[in-house]
Amino acid sequence: MRTIYRFIRARDSLMRGVFFACALFCLLALGCICAFLLMDGLPFIARVGAANFFGTTWNLHENLYGILPMIIASLYVTGLATLIGVVTGLGTAVALYKFCPKKMVHPIRQLVNLLAGVPSVIYGLFGMIVLVPFLREYISPNGVGYGVLAASVILGIMVLPTIVSVSLDALDAVPKSYYEGSLALGATREQTVFTVMVPAAKSGILAAVVLSIARAIGETMAVIMVIGGSPVMPESLFQSVRTLTANIAMGATELFGDAVTALVATGVVLFVFTLFLNISFSLLKREKA
Amino acid sequence: MTRHQRQIRRAQLLRIFAQGMLFLTLLMLSGIVIFILASGLPHINMQLLFGDYGKYPSIKPALLGTLSLTLLALVIAAPIGIGTALFLTEYTRTRSHLIRAIRIASETLSGIPSIVYGIFGYLVFAVALGFKYSLLGGGITLAIMILPLVVRSTEESLLAVPQSLREASLALGASKVRMIFTIVLPCAMSGILTSLILAAGRVISESAVLILTIGMVVNKMPESLMSPGTSLALDVYYFGSNGYPEQAAATGVVLLIVMIGINLLAVFLGKVFGKGELMHG
Repeated sequence: MRTIYRFIRARDSLMRGVFFACALFCLLALGCICAFLLMDGLPFIARVGAANFFGTTWNLHENLYGILPMIIASLYVTGLATLIGVVTGLGTAVALYKFCPKKMVHPIRQLVNLLAGVPSVIYGLFGMIVLVPFLREYISPNGVGYGVLAASVILGIMVLPTIVSVSLDALDAVPKSYYEGSLALGATREQTVFTVMVPAAKSGILAAVVLSIARAIGETMAVIMVIGGSPVMPESLFQSVRTLTANIAMGATELFGDAVTALVATGVVLFVFTLFLNISFSLLKREKA
Repeated sequence: MTRHQRQIRRAQLLRIFAQGMLFLTLLMLSGIVIFILASGLPHINMQLLFGDYGKYPSIKPALLGTLSLTLLALVIAAPIGIGTALFLTEYTRTRSHLIRAIRIASETLSGIPSIVYGIFGYLVFAVALGFKYSLLGGGITLAIMILPLVVRSTEESLLAVPQSLREASLALGASKVRMIFTIVLPCAMSGILTSLILAAGRVISESAVLILTIGMVVNKMPESLMSPGTSLALDVYYFGSNGYPEQAAATGVVLLIVMIGINLLAVFLGKVFGKGELMHG
């Protein structure tokens, strides 16, 4: 009898250990990612010099690894894409919240969720064979379709499902009594939604914005198909440029040897950006809770 | 017009704007899907799907690559992810620093851009371990990438199992391990399966990780897990940027069909098992 108990107890603590080891794996993976990136990236930055690495010229033949143009391009693309996505997505969420036939809301939500799963290469392909030629023929002043505008529009569309569903959840979480109270005070439905409900859902909507910024700055495939790829300072919306992510992906297919380390260093910069965004996202979530 | 009337008018205009945005969103999102379907469907043929890669491109290597990557990533991420979720929900009541650290690590992992995972996979598997470009390296990297997703959704379905079932099982004398394997896991099975299927969807639609880890060799069948390969999503990119827009669209259609199928399967599983759970509850 006692041996059976001992067996059961041993099995219990064994399994506890196994589950614990699984849980430690997350920590271990994150530690490895940080270690590998920093161990390769930081010495590279130190070797070529921060002034070179954050300089304005990327020319591998002269050992110039300036990624400032790519940082600027990433910021431009991310900002513009977020602007497009947020204006459209927030409007959509508000319309779905109160200004849309009740029967339509559920199917539209399902559809938006389904579209959130569309792979980013599909968006990139659409950009490549429809948007870029369209911009080149009809909009662009200089006959170039590639560039910041094309990438921003594609990314703006891509982050739409995220923005719509997160901000709709935030709106749904606002107590119904706010709505009724405002109507009882004599406000119209429209006034209530725009002056009471949307401000009340502010922190959730802000979380949606941060989430979409993080997605936009980290997106690679959709961007490299429409951005062009020249490592130059962005001066116009219609000009072949390169973002941080595009620099890594394009370099990966072209470079080898020591130059690859420059890509790792680029990855470190991108990693720092997203870490910062993640922290602000969890702070926002904590504030809401 | 009084100030009051102006306010009402402005809110009405905002409403019309919001409705316009809703229309625009639906138009753009469905427009993209319909466009890809329309331009890709006519170009799907047997040569593209199952032919040998020769004069004409074929996605046979990509089909095999995607299948093996998905299986590999799931086989690695599922046990570790479920184990982590079990530890977080069943074994920890106190909020220790370690548990907080694990949660923060998992949240941080889920926010890292996929291209950064790609670099990591390249550094570890292609360089440090000397695999060169390989399906195995890509699969393990993808497994780490989907781990937070598996952990979070498994945790949610474990938390949804009523506490009274656990208490009843323990009161009947079952050990904790027995309780987990005979009560908690079977009850949460539908949620866990759904989360695994959605994780598979994430793997299938991923391409930035793979460009750095499996090498985008589109024209050769991979011989083993150690050989370089390609995936459906990578093929879309490769065809698109190398002058085969029609084949790219056709591959895109295949990819979309797989994704839609996966989503429907997840919804279906949720419904089937959801009913079963109601009956038990």
